[in-house]
Amino acid sequence: MPTTMIGRRPIDVNDEGFLTAYDQWDEELGATLAELIGLELTDRHWQVLRFLRADYAGRKETATLRRTSTLGGFGIKELFTLFPGKPAKKMAYVAGLPKPKGCV
Amino acid sequence: MKRLVILGGGTAGTMVANKLRAAYSQDELALTVVDLDDQHHYQPGYLFLPFGTYRAQQLVRSRHSFLPDGVDLVLCEIDRVDAPFKTVYLTDGRALSYDYLIIATGVQPRPEATTGGDGPEVGVSVHSFYTLEAAKELAEALRRFRGGKLVVHITDMPIKCPVAPLEFTFLAEEWLTKHGIREKTELTYVTPLDGAFTKPVASRELGTMLSEKGIHLETDFTIERIDNDAKEIVSYDDRRVPFDLLVTIPLNLGPDYIARSGLGDDLNLVPCDQQTMQALAHPDIFVLGDGGTLLTSKAGSVAHFAVDIFMENFPAHLAGAELTHGFDGHANCFIESGYGKGLLLGFNYDTQPYTGTFPAPLIGPLALLKESRLNHLAKLAFRWVYWNMLLRGRPLPFTNKMSLVGKRVEDAGSASAQPMPAKASAPAPLAASPKPAPVRKPAPARPSIGKPAAKPSPTPRPSAGPATPTPSGPLPPDPRKGVDSTTDPSPVLPGPIKPTF
Ligand SMILES: Cc1cc2nc3c(=O)[nH]c(=O)nc-3n(C[C@H](O)[C@H](O)[C@H](O)COP(=O)(O)OP(=O)(O)OC[C@H]3O[C@@H](n4cnc5c(N)ncnc54)[C@H](O)[C@@H]3O)c2cc1C
Repeated sequence: MPTTMIGRRPIDVNDEGFLTAYDQWDEELGATLAELIGLELTDRHWQVLRFLRADYAGRKETATLRRTSTLGGFGIKELFTLFPGKPAKKMAYVAGLPKPKGCV
Repeated sequence: MKRLVILGGGTAGTMVANKLRAAYSQDELALTVVDLDDQHHYQPGYLFLPFGTYRAQQLVRSRHSFLPDGVDLVLCEIDRVDAPFKTVYLTDGRALSYDYLIIATGVQPRPEATTGGDGPEVGVSVHSFYTLEAAKELAEALRRFRGGKLVVHITDMPIKCPVAPLEFTFLAEEWLTKHGIREKTELTYVTPLDGAFTKPVASRELGTMLSEKGIHLETDFTIERIDNDAKEIVSYDDRRVPFDLLVTIPLNLGPDYIARSGLGDDLNLVPCDQQTMQALAHPDIFVLGDGGTLLTSKAGSVAHFAVDIFMENFPAHLAGAELTHGFDGHANCFIESGYGKGLLLGFNYDTQPYTGTFPAPLIGPLALLKESRLNHLAKLAFRWVYWNMLLRGRPLPFTNKMSLVGKRVEDAGSASAQPMPAKASAPAPLAASPKPAPVRKPAPARPSIGKPAAKPSPTPRPSAGPATPTPSGPLPPDPRKGVDSTTDPSPVLPGPIKPTF
């Protein structure tokens, strides 16, 4: 597992660049990660990210799109607009959480 | 005398009822099984029904005939469970009180959960094979099919038997070829995953097989609706896949009584310990089979291994002691690949599917992740094993701790390995006492009694209450720990790794 310098701080990540330690993240880092993948964060993005962080804290598992939609109240269509392409992975990346499990 | 109620008389419920009855006398433990009806289905057979391999009556037997004397079978729908008062309510008004409860009601396909999934094309051009009725209708539809666009589609994960849609696709390819309409058919496999399967090694092998068979693969497809007029499936990012015949795997959910009882998550699955299958919120409830949140395949083989672990732990639970046996997530799946061949896939929580051979006593070594005729025959033989050995709780020639003997383990998981521990079992507030987590690594020696967890969780665990956080809710405390790179022997890269999405 490599450690990388992000915004002058050493951060533990996996080979794909996803954070591996929940408590190394803060909102400033979230903004930096978003920038890295070409996203500019609006208030609505932050609502989604805060939902994901809080949900993870209780379950130790990254919420799926369906869960973010049913429990967080964000439409899946909207999530696709906010995090275009692969919303589930992008949301997790910016929120500093593991990639949601592809399931087994 | 203690009372144990088993909800669901399917694969897991029937197995555990047989094993419990054999292990405990009626004076020690009263056993009740609740199910909707007296028809036990051999679900793996649904896959073959559309191609005429089996007739429907070969797949259905009476539940009664698989339950031993001294087990009370109650036929009624479950209405709800009152966990604090240890009572199950049935829809006919009856109430069953229990000391211990096993939830084994599995998951069921819910076509209506997708917009258009209950539209006018259902049974016409929109089909499935995840219930007996649907599989029978699909058999008819295939017989009438004269070529065109055949689309096999998974709505969302997790589904029971995650390899079944791929198998259906392989078998359909063979069927079309044998009926002389392969040339006239465009075959497409549509999945919400980013590859043919979930695990990287298997995904690569199976993806190659799809392309070799000329089957188009459409990935990352999150379905918004089935457009019944245009005969297209439409994704949230506006991709459209047209079909003449759609074979869709609907969303799989646990039954609604789970939600009514406040026991489930957003998919009506009951959160349970990865190793002991004990419900996180209620220590006297165990979840066996598909209905829990184990991070492994929802499959009959997994149910079998999990039931064995449960049986090893139950004496300790009765005595109020710690549970010392842990499930390693071991799954074995036969994959039909068409033309009389099959693959065998094996993995657990920690290990990727591997190649090599699986030492199956009686049958001989089976090739892992490689096509062979023997694997196909083993899959067909499984129906006999299911009815005659598995359900009745007879010992099977497989072990429940994965053995890596004779297997080549490939490390392709690193790219997407989960950085967090797979164990999602932070002790719930209601849990009696914090117990050391049993080891779940595939150990060479079988028993793994009482060893403490291999490594502590790397992250502090803020209180894991079942309460659902709201988007506006406060964030957990963020101590903003950085890494002390002086003690870290791994290299510090000068810049961030940019993921490729
Ligand atoms: C097409 C297909 C192919 C498959 N192929 C394979 C395979 O090759 N190998 C393999 O290992 N597995 C396979 N499986 C998966 C396997 O069938 C399941 O994993 C297994 O049956 C799970 O057992 P279970 O006891 O959890 O659930 P089930 O066997 O589904 O039993 C659940 C029971 O609960 C009852 N129930 C549900 N709700 C209620 C209620 N409200 N009130 C009363 N009763 C209720 C149901 O009637 C049912 O009898 C396949 C599944 C399908 C659909």
